[in-house]
Amino acid sequence: MKRLLLSASLLAISAIAHAQADRGTQLYNIYCTQCHGMQGNGKGVNAAQMSIQPRDHTDTKEMSARSDDELFKVIQQGGKSINKSVLMPGWGGNLSDDDIHALVAHLRKLCCQKN
Amino acid sequence: MKHLFSLIAAAMLAAGAPLTAIADTAGDVQQQCGTCHALKHNYATSAIQERAERKAPPLDYAGNKFQRAWLVSWLQNPVRIRPAGVFPSAHLKEGPDGDAIDAASLAKHPAVPAAQAEAMADYLLTLKPFDSLIKAETYQPGTIAERMGKMNFGKFKGCDGCHQDASNSGGVSGPELYTAWKRLQPAFISSYIANPVAWDPHTMMPKGDANADAVHKLANYLKVIGEKQP
Repeated sequence: MKRLLLSASLLAISAIAHAQADRGTQLYNIYCTQCHGMQGNGKGVNAAQMSIQPRDHTDTKEMSARSDDELFKVIQQGGKSINKSVLMPGWGGNLSDDDIHALVAHLRKLCCQKN
Repeated sequence: MKHLFSLIAAAMLAAGAPLTAIADTAGDVQQQCGTCHALKHNYATSAIQERAERKAPPLDYAGNKFQRAWLVSWLQNPVRIRPAGVFPSAHLKEGPDGDAIDAASLAKHPAVPAAQAEAMADYLLTLKPFDSLIKAETYQPGTIAERMGKMNFGKFKGCDGCHQDASNSGGVSGPELYTAWKRLQPAFISSYIANPVAWDPHTMMPKGDANADAVHKLANYLKVIGEKQP
């Protein structure tokens, strides 16, 4: 019974993580790609006009140096909150905490789950 | 739909417009504009995916948003306001230096004759579901030194990340703002900057934390640059 419960729990966690990843992809496409690029490489359509270039989310080394909490904070409160550019706005007034967690999960996928 | 027309007709009658003209125009707008523009919606209860599927900005609050003179003129001679379309990700292609606008994917807005533009503008200006947001506005148009305004718009607030404040200056994912003052009602400008989510729960404009004074400074900058437009 114990093993069955454990398997069911793992399956549930996996399903939640999968749904969160889909949500993260969807939100990233809507809110982030115009600056961070369709490939997440920091070369969005707005980037050419920016004085400070958007973060390349596929840069494993740079992204690995940021904790999930930091990523959450910068999405929620904007670049200023971690002493970065004001060009990165805070999305806490538009997105729920769950949405921001989904975006953090998507960033981890972009940066660190390459084949 | 019948109920919607009745409501519109009542509003137009109250404004002194002839009923037959109103019904005709409502139908005309529904037929000509409704394919791309939302004339009735509830984004708050819609899935976020609707934002990616929008073909054009919603018009259901046009009466709280647009200036009549601009609307009449623009409908006769439409020029692109959003350089990358209403949902930029749908109009991009990969280029050597990064993402670029795929101009071929952007549809051209049809032009209408003067009389139809007048009638459509009159009808659209009756659509005012957000009177309460406009009424809550305290913005009184003022002025600001253009140089200071530009610095505030760009360096301090980062609006130029997505918006142009001059042709070819600023980001392209949002609507250009150098004609915003001619296009939009002052109270709408201020209200939308302060809380875009109240107008559109799925807006791609971030709801910032600027206080009323800071919002009014941004609106005044749009006034300064907008009044220089022909």
